[in-house]
Amino acid sequence: MSSKRPQPYFSRSQVTLVRGLWMVVTAILAFMTLFPLLWMVSIAFKPAAESFSSNLIPQAPTLDNFIYVLTGVPFIRYMVNSFLVSATVTIVALFFHTMAGYALARLRFPGREILFLSIFSTFLVSLPVIIVPLFVIVKAMGMLNSYVGLIIPAIFNAFGIFLLRQYYLSLPKEIEEAARIDGAGYWRIYWSVILPLSRPIMSALAILFFLANWNSFLWPLTITSDPNLWVVQLGIANFKSQYSASWNYMMAASTIVAIPTLILFVIFQRQIMDSLKTSGLK
Amino acid sequence: MASVEIRNVVKRYGALEVVHGVSAGIADGEFVALVGPSGCGKSTLLRMIAGLEEISDGAVAIGGDIVNEVAPKDRNISMVFQNYALYPHMTVAENMAFALRLARLPKDEQKKKVGEAATMLGLEGLLDRYPGQLSGGQRQRVAMGRAIVRRPEVFLFDEPLSNLDAKLRVQMRAEIKGLHQRLRTTSIYVTHDQIEAMTMADRIVVMRDGNVEQIGTPLELFDNPRNLFVASFIGSPSMNFIKGEVVDGTFRAPGGFVIPAVNLAHKGPAIAGIRPNKLKIGAAGPVAKVLIVEPTGDETHLLVELGGAQLAMLLRERISLAPGDQIGLAFASADVHFFDGQTTLRLGRGDATTGALNA
Repeated sequence: MSSKRPQPYFSRSQVTLVRGLWMVVTAILAFMTLFPLLWMVSIAFKPAAESFSSNLIPQAPTLDNFIYVLTGVPFIRYMVNSFLVSATVTIVALFFHTMAGYALARLRFPGREILFLSIFSTFLVSLPVIIVPLFVIVKAMGMLNSYVGLIIPAIFNAFGIFLLRQYYLSLPKEIEEAARIDGAGYWRIYWSVILPLSRPIMSALAILFFLANWNSFLWPLTITSDPNLWVVQLGIANFKSQYSASWNYMMAASTIVAIPTLILFVIFQRQIMDSLKTSGLK
Repeated sequence: MASVEIRNVVKRYGALEVVHGVSAGIADGEFVALVGPSGCGKSTLLRMIAGLEEISDGAVAIGGDIVNEVAPKDRNISMVFQNYALYPHMTVAENMAFALRLARLPKDEQKKKVGEAATMLGLEGLLDRYPGQLSGGQRQRVAMGRAIVRRPEVFLFDEPLSNLDAKLRVQMRAEIKGLHQRLRTTSIYVTHDQIEAMTMADRIVVMRDGNVEQIGTPLELFDNPRNLFVASFIGSPSMNFIKGEVVDGTFRAPGGFVIPAVNLAHKGPAIAGIRPNKLKIGAAGPVAKVLIVEPTGDETHLLVELGGAQLAMLLRERISLAPGDQIGLAFASADVHFFDGQTTLRLGRGDATTGALNA
């Protein structure tokens, strides 16, 4: 629009200038975000001796790091663990979050607002703050060193409930009323009307949940000492010991771990952007 | 099919009472319109009949059985919503079959019933489309299809035509009326548009502020409005009102507006009302000043001023007048309705034996 028609307030050269400036700013931001990733990939292809050299293109590119990561340590096992935990958390969380969000948006019961506020307020508390009491509880319940211990505490998440509740509030009430007159009960309305209608927001949340759990480190570190239960982030961290760090292996492992998230992002870009826009958060 | 009985129905939201003891009887097969300005409680009343709102007091009976505690799905009703409320993720056929599916009807029977309803509404070609791919009129038709597949005993319509453009509204109005004449299902139709109510309904319930103002056939309401509100609400353009006083059987308004020999026992403040189409141009009558002339082709709308009051006129003929012209007014005093100035209740009409208005 601005380039075709004469602008009432700004001349064309001004518009071009402002645009140019924006491009420069975004280019700098993009570079700052992308460079560490490029660096990661670069180191992943360098032999150990070259890890700290400043050249971006490896002098002697090698696949040894990848081969070691995939064969020298049970990294495949870590990936399977991560996938198992992330996928289970995502599916179970979505199931409960949609129900909770719908209940908080539509069912009328005493204390609803207070309940919602108290769920919402957990936004203010981050994991490190509650990690000790959470550990004590999980230990008391005998869930240390188990998949259950990895999965169950990760299911509760105020963000999903909040986002779904906002979404359900925006759905026209008449659709549910029509379903009631058609003979649907609460469960039927939830299952046949609400769930199909929340497909877009659920796919966005699924990605966010999956990525968050795929990348989670602190909680798995806290409750798993059995290497058979390690997730990928623990596997990566394990390349670093007290006195040395195999950066070339860590970067190769990180590159491998980043691939699924990249694929997810490329496929579901639109939903991720939509979810961030609708929530106005993050 | 069934009758609907509304007995002293009250709706309260906490301390706020919005429907104050409404009673109305709707006969089997009748088409009744609930009409009134927005906020008058007509939609709330309909939703109480549907079971979407709880009834705070009183009773609603469908087919003789009190349904206050009966779930909407068991009341044997179906409802058409203003914004259609179609399920966006289902095709037209699925939308229409949803209630049948929930009632666990066999698949082939579902298909047959949906097919019948689709034929009735001319939706055969659209069955595989999604609501998002339909126009407003088609969506409305699907919403009606969803209502009729169940063959309910009562149809409830909640301002179903409000979201359509004027032309489509007239067309759908005729279609709904035609459908009712074919199916003869008891129908309750909420609208704020009195023309819709007048053209479609067998009887009209006029509501205001949570009370019933009058119940009657369209022509009864038009000819014998019970009070000033009904008189002003029914009819378009609406009735002209002139405030004045009745002294010794003569109505006098400020500005020398006099109707003699009004055969009324009433004394004191009164309001005279006359419909725009009952005001004619006559050489003998009082002289009014033309303010606005609106020719529509078939008829001419005039706004004139007489004794400080503005009066609308609706003339069947084409006339050449310009703002500022002076015309004489004539009308039969039998066409003048009188209302009590305090209670706004209708007192009666002018005496048919007297002639034109004397100023």
